[in-house]
Amino acid sequence: MRRVYCDANATTPLLPEVMEAMRPYLMEDFGNASSIHLQGQRARKAVDGARETLATFFHCREAEVVFNSGGTEGDNTAIFGLVRAGDHLITTAIEHSAVLRAAERVAERGAEVTFVAPRTDGLIDPEEIRRAVRPQTRLISVMLANNETGVLQPVEEIGKIAAEAGALFHIDAVQGAGKVEFDVRRFGCHLCSISAHKMHGPKGVGAMYVRRGTPLDPLIVGGSHERRQRAGTENVPGIVGLGKAAELAMESLADGTVERIAGLRDRLEAGVLRIAGTGVNGAGAPRVANTTNIRFEQVEGEALVIALDLKGVAVSGGSACHSGSTEPSHVLMAMGLDKNAARASLRFSLLRTATEEDVDQVLKVVPEAVGHLRALAPEVAGTLG
Amino acid sequence: MEQHTTIAVAMSGGVDSSTAAAILAHSGVNAVGLTLHLWDQTRLAGKHGIPDAPKAGRCCSIDDVYDARRVAEDLGIPYYVVNQEERFERDVVRPFVDEYLAGRTPIPCSLCNNHIKFDQLLKTARSIGAEYIATGHYAVNEYDEKRGRWILKRPADLAKDQTYFLFGLTQEQLSRTLFPLGHMTKPEVREAARQHGLRLAEKPDSQEICFIPGGDYKQFLTAYLEEQGERMPETAGELVAASGEVIGKHEGISNFTVGQRKGLGVSSPSPLYVLQIDPASHRVKVGPDAELATRTLRARQMNWISIAGLTGPMRVRAKIRHRHEPAWATLEPAGPDEILATFDEPQRAVTPGQSAVFYDGDEVVGGGWIV
Repeated sequence: MRRVYCDANATTPLLPEVMEAMRPYLMEDFGNASSIHLQGQRARKAVDGARETLATFFHCREAEVVFNSGGTEGDNTAIFGLVRAGDHLITTAIEHSAVLRAAERVAERGAEVTFVAPRTDGLIDPEEIRRAVRPQTRLISVMLANNETGVLQPVEEIGKIAAEAGALFHIDAVQGAGKVEFDVRRFGCHLCSISAHKMHGPKGVGAMYVRRGTPLDPLIVGGSHERRQRAGTENVPGIVGLGKAAELAMESLADGTVERIAGLRDRLEAGVLRIAGTGVNGAGAPRVANTTNIRFEQVEGEALVIALDLKGVAVSGGSACHSGSTEPSHVLMAMGLDKNAARASLRFSLLRTATEEDVDQVLKVVPEAVGHLRALAPEVAGTLG
Repeated sequence: MEQHTTIAVAMSGGVDSSTAAAILAHSGVNAVGLTLHLWDQTRLAGKHGIPDAPKAGRCCSIDDVYDARRVAEDLGIPYYVVNQEERFERDVVRPFVDEYLAGRTPIPCSLCNNHIKFDQLLKTARSIGAEYIATGHYAVNEYDEKRGRWILKRPADLAKDQTYFLFGLTQEQLSRTLFPLGHMTKPEVREAARQHGLRLAEKPDSQEICFIPGGDYKQFLTAYLEEQGERMPETAGELVAASGEVIGKHEGISNFTVGQRKGLGVSSPSPLYVLQIDPASHRVKVGPDAELATRTLRARQMNWISIAGLTGPMRVRAKIRHRHEPAWATLEPAGPDEILATFDEPQRAVTPGQSAVFYDGDEVVGGGWIV
């Protein structure tokens, strides 16, 4: 059976160049980047090289790049490292749970938190952020692109509001990195978190832009790694992989790959929308090129995900971090969908390597599966899960 | 079963369903493992004496889902967890609570089989392209061409017989259900588990109601109603002797089940048993063991399996609770969807809320709910 992977927002495979770049640092160049000897110097050189690439990627100084374990750590660090009891945090109702759970935690510890709701198209209105600002507002944390809908948030405008308010600004850019033009200066943020495995790099490694002078308390303490901002022996192969993945992502933004993926996504979306009783969540809002979130009326999303998997098409009912949970997507619910509509929605997210044939295959399998589900039993619709 | 037929195996993480999955996976069909997530075991943990950390051996604990997934991984079959918490609460937990509050003694496993495992699971299976489901129940399911009906039979291992909980299966459900363990004994199943290299071949059997860790249903009722923002209804009342004499008071009818001896709160020269619970007056009638026995029962919401329906008197053996040895009785229709069963010998503790299941030899004739 031909399998098509349409769940790139959950994770992506390494590109061969990334694998090749990492390989020496798993075996012969295994040194600890903090060691004085030759092995250590080789590892240090590799980490420094990756840091230079990431500085280009973020548009920042090398000293402003902190390597870490990925998006969740970056999000947690931003919130726990800045927000204290008595402070006010503004974030949104559609953030990843790495932000939401951290925000709830600081609220339990005496901070005030405002969760700004999106519009029905999934876009955060910057004016809503402005209205939420208070004198105590310490941090504003908003995602660059939503993981479920792909909707791109107006971070530049929010950055200006943060500057006017004298608040710090963190961007969870995990789903936007490598998919859109990226410049932390333009975004006006103090902190920006990315993850390697969402852009064809390895799992378990990420990076954070920390603007010079930002009074961020480290989340993990120990040795003096990463200018004391993140203790722990550097994940040298992972960091090298992230550097290569960032380099390839920048190339893909310049060489027309993103436009090609947008074309494939648009064709996939148009094809699926030919099925009656379907609609795009986040339609009309600016979105990353690879993502579409489609609701199928009278279909239980959980069953459709399984049926498609058994027919070789891998998609997701929402965030992979929530599979198996009872609650329908908090993102779609915040956009005003009811429970049944939220549960009837699937996310298709294309790899950078996706092809026309992949889309053809999806467009062959999905209408059949939806038709089968709908024909079976109207009573199944909306009653599962 | 033809090759390439897709069969969804309900996997609980126990030895029985894991072995059923292993047998099917090795038979060449396309087996797909499904675990129904029915109840969040942490939901009421620590409240009103309910144990904090759910022990293993009950469905829906994280450990059991892990065990089921590990088996599916070893067998190399696709595996999914399907969430049915809302349906389970609506169709099994809530009725279970309401039955106790009404002075009856419910059987959640039968409700779960009727509403979840053989109804929703079959629908889920079909929706993902599986025309059949398989479970690890000990029961035999065969098509009889002469009668043109699917027949449910007692299994090879009568000590593990689960037909009592399966009486509600419709012909349509039976036609789409496989019981791969029906012709095996439990020791044979464990041996098969070992031969298939299942890591949980020695895992102990579970006995408790899956959503009641610790097994104390009174704790559960209290904690559940509190969580729902409801009060335990006031059902305190009198304990009365068979003569009608009031001999004591009790704190609520949900504390009792017919045949219960312990916890009556009255002393008596000879042991006393609960004979009857009257939900209207809150009176609980108690008396000596001899008075527990009754010769008849009425049952409703009948489901017939080996016959299309009961049209006249029929000789059967009737089973009135899980551990009851079926006893000879004559069935007769007693109104729409209701029957009267008259036992040859009086039977002890006929309990409203339990099911009565009728057997003709090894075959399940049908069954209903005792009123």
